[in-house]
Amino acid sequence: MVDGWFTGDGDDFRLLGTRCAACASVFFPREDVHCRNPGCEGGELAEVALSRRGRVWSYTDCRYRPPSPYVSDRELPWEPYALVAVELEAERMVVLGQAAPGVGVGELAVGMEVEAVPGVLGEDPGDAGTVWTTWNWRPVEVSA
Amino acid sequence: MTTEVAVLGAGMHPWGKWGRGFTEYGVTAARAALDDAGLDWRDVDAVVGADTVRGGYPGYVAGATFARALGWQGARVTSVYAACASGAQAIDVARARILAGLSRVVLVVGADAAPKGFFRPAGGERPDDPDWLRFRLLGATNPVYFGLYARRRMALYGDTLEDFAAVKVKNAALGALNPHARYRARVTPEEVAASPVVADPLRLLDICATSDGGAALVLAGADFTRAHAESRPVRIRAVSTLTPRYPTQVLDLPDIATDSAAGVEPSGEPLRTAIVRAAYEEAGIGPEDLSLAEVYDLSTALELQWYEDLGLCGAGEGAKLLREGATALGGRTPVNVSGGLASFGEAVPAQAIAQVCELTRQLRGEAGERQVAGARVGIAANQGLFGHGSAVVVVR
Repeated sequence: MVDGWFTGDGDDFRLLGTRCAACASVFFPREDVHCRNPGCEGGELAEVALSRRGRVWSYTDCRYRPPSPYVSDRELPWEPYALVAVELEAERMVVLGQAAPGVGVGELAVGMEVEAVPGVLGEDPGDAGTVWTTWNWRPVEVSA
Repeated sequence: MTTEVAVLGAGMHPWGKWGRGFTEYGVTAARAALDDAGLDWRDVDAVVGADTVRGGYPGYVAGATFARALGWQGARVTSVYAACASGAQAIDVARARILAGLSRVVLVVGADAAPKGFFRPAGGERPDDPDWLRFRLLGATNPVYFGLYARRRMALYGDTLEDFAAVKVKNAALGALNPHARYRARVTPEEVAASPVVADPLRLLDICATSDGGAALVLAGADFTRAHAESRPVRIRAVSTLTPRYPTQVLDLPDIATDSAAGVEPSGEPLRTAIVRAAYEEAGIGPEDLSLAEVYDLSTALELQWYEDLGLCGAGEGAKLLREGATALGGRTPVNVSGGLASFGEAVPAQAIAQVCELTRQLRGEAGERQVAGARVGIAANQGLFGHGSAVVVVR
């Protein structure tokens, strides 16, 4: 769908943004042409991996099927999914994403720690075998 | 030189789902505004149309579309698009022309024939469009953002579902008094609670619908207004249309992420607060001067946020203000006495103009059963997709 927004598998999975070499501003989705800080004369925009973990800024869900261009199988009943806005401490920014499958609004709370994990957006109905990948936010398991 | 802009006429087409073209709604509203002003269309020397993007090319060139339908008469013409702030931006352009001495009488028109259900981006594969991306990658509809704000308020301030429902109950009771509103039935808290969840924690009756509708204003400078012997002097004292300041800290439509504050310290003033402050400064007033306010209640929870952004109360105190009745008709500062978007729904390019129509009627004392006693100063505030926001201050 869009290249260069995330990379890696398993524990190595990271969202990718860019960082301005002059002012340290971070951009996600990646900004590859101009630094958007109005007070910055502009430096090189270098790819940077974002923090893997953050805290829930807020969350909600989609109880109704979103319209196109969201792709979903209209033959199947609609299964609501949650969306999570996550605050990344180092980058001082909030990034929205779908929650990992099985994580509903009942499993979420503002301030909870979550991590970015690989996810599947869907399969291309017109081109069998093409799987669109994405990022998901999943609550971090609390270790005993 | 003219220093003030008067509202000589205000007109609307009733909101609803009428199944007709946006031009018809706009022309109906324009004719009503001209009638209200006691002017002929040929008296107008400039027309500003607020664009709709769902009408094909004629929708993108709204100024000329309305001018053609009213009958070409050689007026100056402008079309503007700023999503939900389009109507306010159209008023801003008209006002600037008058203040600059470039026009004497300007017609401002906005109208839309909205789709059923969720708004969605234009078609095609367009990964360079943030609006397309949020739908394609996340399925993040507008109510998703309203749900995020609502849930955040619950976590931060302890707002409850009952507080949100009380906004709907208030606005529906006011909409019932407004002949231009689409929904004219009172609503109970139980009905809100029984409506299906759209985007947790918000239910169908917490979220404004999409609607057809149209609104128009006739604006003129002081000299023309005096010569016209206008006996109901309602004046526009401020129009602020601003962008946010980098770095934004609140996730906003249609973005997938906020700006990063890693390189620049945020100003601490979010867009809505900045819009309102700029309008207050331009008008030389403060929140204590307001007789009433019209705000974009895209969701019930968002109306509570606006109370705080307007400075009617401190951060987190919106629900308390509502519970005290301060924002109801008869309260200290009634909010959305028109019934708000809860009763109208979104007809995107028309709604900011419709807000000023309501302020005009209120300040003239022509609002009937929903009249705010002794109304002298009103503010209308909105926020649009892609970082536009506006506030308009109208005084008597």
